[in-house]
Amino acid sequence: MGMVQTAQPVLTHEKALWMYRKMVEIRRFEDAVHDLFAKGKLPGFVHLYAGEEAVAVGVCAHLSEADSITSTHRGHGHCIAKGCDLDGMMAEIYGKATGLCKGKGGSMHIADLTKGMLGANGIVGGGFPLACGAALTAKRKGTNQVAVCFFGDGANNQGTFHEGLNLAAIWKLPVIFVAENNGYAEATPFTYASSCRRIADRAAAYDIPGVVVDGKDVVAVYQAAEEAVRRARSGEGPTLIECITYRNYGHFEGDAQTYKAKEERKRHLEELDAIVRFRSYLLDGGLASGEDLSRLEEEARAAVEQAIQFAEESPFPSPTDLFDDVYVSY
Amino acid sequence: MARSISFSEAINEALTIAMAADENVILMGEDVVGGAQVDHLQDDEAWGGVLGVTKGLVQQFGRDRVLDTPISEAGYIGAAVGAAATGLRPVAELMFNDFIGSCLDQLMNQAAKLRYMFGGKAEVPLTIRTMHGAGFRAAAQHSQSLYALFTHIPGLKVVVPSTPADAKGLLLTSIADNDPVVFFEDKTLYNVKGEVPEGDYRIPLGKADIKRAGRDLTIVAIGKQVHTALAAADTLATQGIDVEVVDPRSLSPLDEDTILASVAKTNRLIVIDEATARCGVAADIAALVADKGFDSLDAPIKRITGPHTPVPFSPVLEDLYLPTPTKVIQTVAELLGDSSIAAAVS
Ligand SMILES: Cc1ncc(C[n+]2csc(CCOP(=O)(O)OP(=O)(O)O)c2C)c(N)n1
Ligand SMILES: [Mg+2]
Repeated sequence: MGMVQTAQPVLTHEKALWMYRKMVEIRRFEDAVHDLFAKGKLPGFVHLYAGEEAVAVGVCAHLSEADSITSTHRGHGHCIAKGCDLDGMMAEIYGKATGLCKGKGGSMHIADLTKGMLGANGIVGGGFPLACGAALTAKRKGTNQVAVCFFGDGANNQGTFHEGLNLAAIWKLPVIFVAENNGYAEATPFTYASSCRRIADRAAAYDIPGVVVDGKDVVAVYQAAEEAVRRARSGEGPTLIECITYRNYGHFEGDAQTYKAKEERKRHLEELDAIVRFRSYLLDGGLASGEDLSRLEEEARAAVEQAIQFAEESPFPSPTDLFDDVYVSY
Repeated sequence: MARSISFSEAINEALTIAMAADENVILMGEDVVGGAQVDHLQDDEAWGGVLGVTKGLVQQFGRDRVLDTPISEAGYIGAAVGAAATGLRPVAELMFNDFIGSCLDQLMNQAAKLRYMFGGKAEVPLTIRTMHGAGFRAAAQHSQSLYALFTHIPGLKVVVPSTPADAKGLLLTSIADNDPVVFFEDKTLYNVKGEVPEGDYRIPLGKADIKRAGRDLTIVAIGKQVHTALAAADTLATQGIDVEVVDPRSLSPLDEDTILASVAKTNRLIVIDEATARCGVAADIAALVADKGFDSLDAPIKRITGPHTPVPFSPVLEDLYLPTPTKVIQTVAELLGDSSIAAAVS
């Protein structure tokens, strides 16, 4: 799989650097969470996005804070790409009072509505209708905003997928459904669970465009998303984009991943890595210098380190926080 | 012969016995085997459920009877209802009870109502196994205890075991039962061990178990909270207070007689349920005793429940959310009007 190479550079220097920085930030963040979890520093369970960075970044590169996204249980990458604060994210994962959700949500429920991030979600398939709703708001208010629903290959068998696509299609909602097909839902292969060759094929059933891209090629994702966002903003309705990708870690931390073939893992981790490929693309195309990229890598590393320190030094919530934020207490 | 095995092993054993005895018993759910159609996977490398509870069943019964499903709860739970009404005896796993929102209709309007609506002509011998409970740091959408929701629906039976031996005997009864049963498994109990008899044995639904006999006060506790009650009772015993702990084991049917007889003896009642209080099981049991056992009561009925909030993620908040032996002891002190108790044990 080569990177998309076109005569005209697809990306501006500025955009390219932003994308590289975000991808590296996600990778560093997830690697750090992996280590912290292994050291027993994090409560609960975490689902890591490492390996899939190109999807969140390639799509969110077209969004502003005013646009909405819905996310999944594997939400850290979406949060970072949508501009959530790393300190607040890490503190949330630690269950600290300074977390984006005051420690009440945790990894699976990180949200920041001020950034248009409508929440990671513990319910597989929970995001489709929510994204339709956000798109309905945008349409009704005429704001020109769009909503993006990120979802996994496992989620495309939920009724909400079908109901969401149909609803978005009949109302021509400005929504983009982004499938992250990493081949597995927990330990169940996509090929077993879905009676379709491609998730994108299901778009035909709702008479909307369905496209498949190499989800580990950030430029390909960027280009597919560009057209889908254009369609949405100009009132032409929803698009389904299927990104073929791979998760580098297990379903959750502690998963031995016996269902993955050794060669498959090796190939993805060593040959097809999205960040390595984007790095070469940028250098080969003269879009960035080695110094630029090293600087961004260093910035990302420092930002993640700072986030960990912030989280560790932050206080836990106070006992009365238990009762806050419920509409009524008894 | 009883031997010590875990709650999770006890459930696995019940499933093995039920499947060996009746080929109409099938198992289905997300990753109940794991790794479907993965060629290189040895069967013993498969997950066997997200926490390994169904591990090993596929080797014995094959993938035709242990079915991995897509993430389509309405689809496969509903298919289990239809299969149950037409000759199979399915055990379907809803991984976390919190996911019930994705498929409630199939239980509430289909499974629960067929027998009655069709004038007694339909049977739905279905068991839904599902995880519940807080304390796992699993946050708001993976920590609820939603048995009250099901207990409210006529036509569904509801079972909440607290020990490995009860889990096995109750699950075997649930699978053999010709009505739909929702069987709750507290995820924080899976590794707890206890004496479990070998072989097939049945514990009837609707028969409470007195987990500790006592004279001074009755505590009715649900699921894992039975252990909170027992821990508090041990401490209170050192203060000369003799607590009776009643474990209803099934919430529908509910063994009203055992609860009423216990309160008639002790004249005081505390109900512990980690779920929220409003319209909950604790309220239901309190109402039962207020209604049919009022004359036995020497003091108000007390409920110890989770607060009226979702389950918080942060460990410090989640620990506050759950009932604890200390909260129980404080409530006992309050009920007996004896503050020296709480002071003595704190
Ligand atoms: C309604 C619901 N059913 C089941 C689950 C349990 N679960 C959590 S993640 C997951 C697999 C999701 O797979 P996929 O959609 O492919 O996303 P991925 O994990 O691969 O990113 C499952 C079954 C859930 N959280 N919610
Ligand atoms: Mg997947």
